[in-house]
Amino acid sequence: MLVEEKNAMTEEIEQLIKKFGKKRSSLLSILHEIQTKQRHISEYAQQEIARLLDIHPVEVYSVLSFYTFLNVNPKGRNLVRICRTISCDMKGKDNIVRAIERELDVKIGQTTSDNKFTVEYVNCLGLCDEGPAMAINDQIFTKLTPEKAVKLLSKVK
Amino acid sequence: METKTKKRTGPVIFSGYERGTAIKKALSMNREDILLEIRESKLRGRGGAGFPTSTKWMLTAAALSDEKFVICNADEGEPGTFKDRILLIEYPELVFDGMVIAGYTIGSQQGIVYLRGEYEYLLKPLQDYLESMRNDNLLGKDIFGKKGFYFNITVFLGSGAYVCGEETALIESLEGHRGEARNRPPYPVNTGYLGKPTIVNNVETLATIPHIIVKGSEWYKKFGTGKSSGSKLFSVSGDCEKPGVYELPWGTKIGELLEIVGAKNTKAVQVGGASGFCYNKNQFDRALAYEDAATGGSIMIFNESRDMLRVLDNFMEFFVDESCGQCTPCRIGNVKLLEGVKMIQKGEYTFSYINKLKELGKSMQVASKCGLGQSSPNAFISILESFSEEIFTSQNGGTNEN
Repeated sequence: MLVEEKNAMTEEIEQLIKKFGKKRSSLLSILHEIQTKQRHISEYAQQEIARLLDIHPVEVYSVLSFYTFLNVNPKGRNLVRICRTISCDMKGKDNIVRAIERELDVKIGQTTSDNKFTVEYVNCLGLCDEGPAMAINDQIFTKLTPEKAVKLLSKVK
Repeated sequence: METKTKKRTGPVIFSGYERGTAIKKALSMNREDILLEIRESKLRGRGGAGFPTSTKWMLTAAALSDEKFVICNADEGEPGTFKDRILLIEYPELVFDGMVIAGYTIGSQQGIVYLRGEYEYLLKPLQDYLESMRNDNLLGKDIFGKKGFYFNITVFLGSGAYVCGEETALIESLEGHRGEARNRPPYPVNTGYLGKPTIVNNVETLATIPHIIVKGSEWYKKFGTGKSSGSKLFSVSGDCEKPGVYELPWGTKIGELLEIVGAKNTKAVQVGGASGFCYNKNQFDRALAYEDAATGGSIMIFNESRDMLRVLDNFMEFFVDESCGQCTPCRIGNVKLLEGVKMIQKGEYTFSYINKLKELGKSMQVASKCGLGQSSPNAFISILESFSEEIFTSQNGGTNEN
């Protein structure tokens, strides 16, 4: 990490602490914001959050390793999450997954070689009446067909 | 995504409501009278556990503290459940008015909505809605001119953990910790968020409150059964013509619901999501109610073409993934049950071992620390028992892979 990048990260965390308050209960909100922006929470970020919140760095790691939507290692620029719960399964989620895997040349759980997409399963998205469903970043898409799913991905930058 | 164009109808929640009316009425009442009205209504928690709402509120109201919290549990993670999404999108006035009334009744100034990470796209619309309430003096200082009554609501976004639907795990998460359930007692009504008295209510429970305040407990009790008063929102998915959210009185039979949603050739109904129970054809006369087929509202329908072992496999994969790992019965038990399912799929099982796994499931129901491990064996036991013929005879008699 370059010094400028480190300084920018520290500044960002300081801003977030100002926004949410210097208290332990701000931790998840801070982690969430950094995750959204950086797509991961680096070791440096963890240490700075810990320092500025006055807690041990391992406390930060302990929390972030618990939650599915927070991660230490960077993922692709776009996160594709396909619902694997039984209602979407019955509506044909396997066909959606296979089509995406073929099109992007990855297996579920992997990141494309150009780092553009990470494709994952997600537990129930709460769209069971409109399955199969998937999320691309923070947008959701329902009643998918393999063709529709691939088309949606082709529109992503 | 469904839009707000659809007009829904139902006995209680979907019976029509104008924003603010219940708050206005509640603010003209004594706090004790509100508590009595809710007690009279026999309203019970809609997340699934069915704890009497008035008891939670009374204990929190009676607790002495300079600070108390009202938490709305919108961590709707149970597979097959999406009613809270509909309420938050289409009926936020019911949910938030319910929270304001709770705040007034127990003497709290701060409400927090714990919104599941999967519903992040609702964050902005909900924050905008709360802002409009502030502009209309439904939140903030001296609400509706009631001197000294301050209440505010903020939204907190979860990060993808099913277990955070358990109220003490939810509180841990809000406090910036891993979402691991606490030992109880103490209960949140005494020692909740930041150690202060806290009520944690399901979205649907809170959305029911304004109707009870406006129309009264007598009206409310006209719906439902003696032990399960009022109505319930059911999230219906799977093999039927009209999946979606339905409001029906408690006591509705499973078979009646199947007819309403246009389900044909139904073989099985999973009531209560992955953590609920599976019912076969002979059990469709069971009533949806706390005293019979209890549920937080998830109804998943399977027709004759479905492989129930695949259904069970899907549920057990889910629990292995979502167990927080804090207590041994849940952490190890779910893995063992999933292994058992895989053994049956491969035809590499003995009945004596499967029976041992059912016993293990019963131990998990008793020994797990929170509701996750206490309820995850339900599907394992009920699917293997209700569909033993299909699973052990026709499909997986020892040779067939699937």
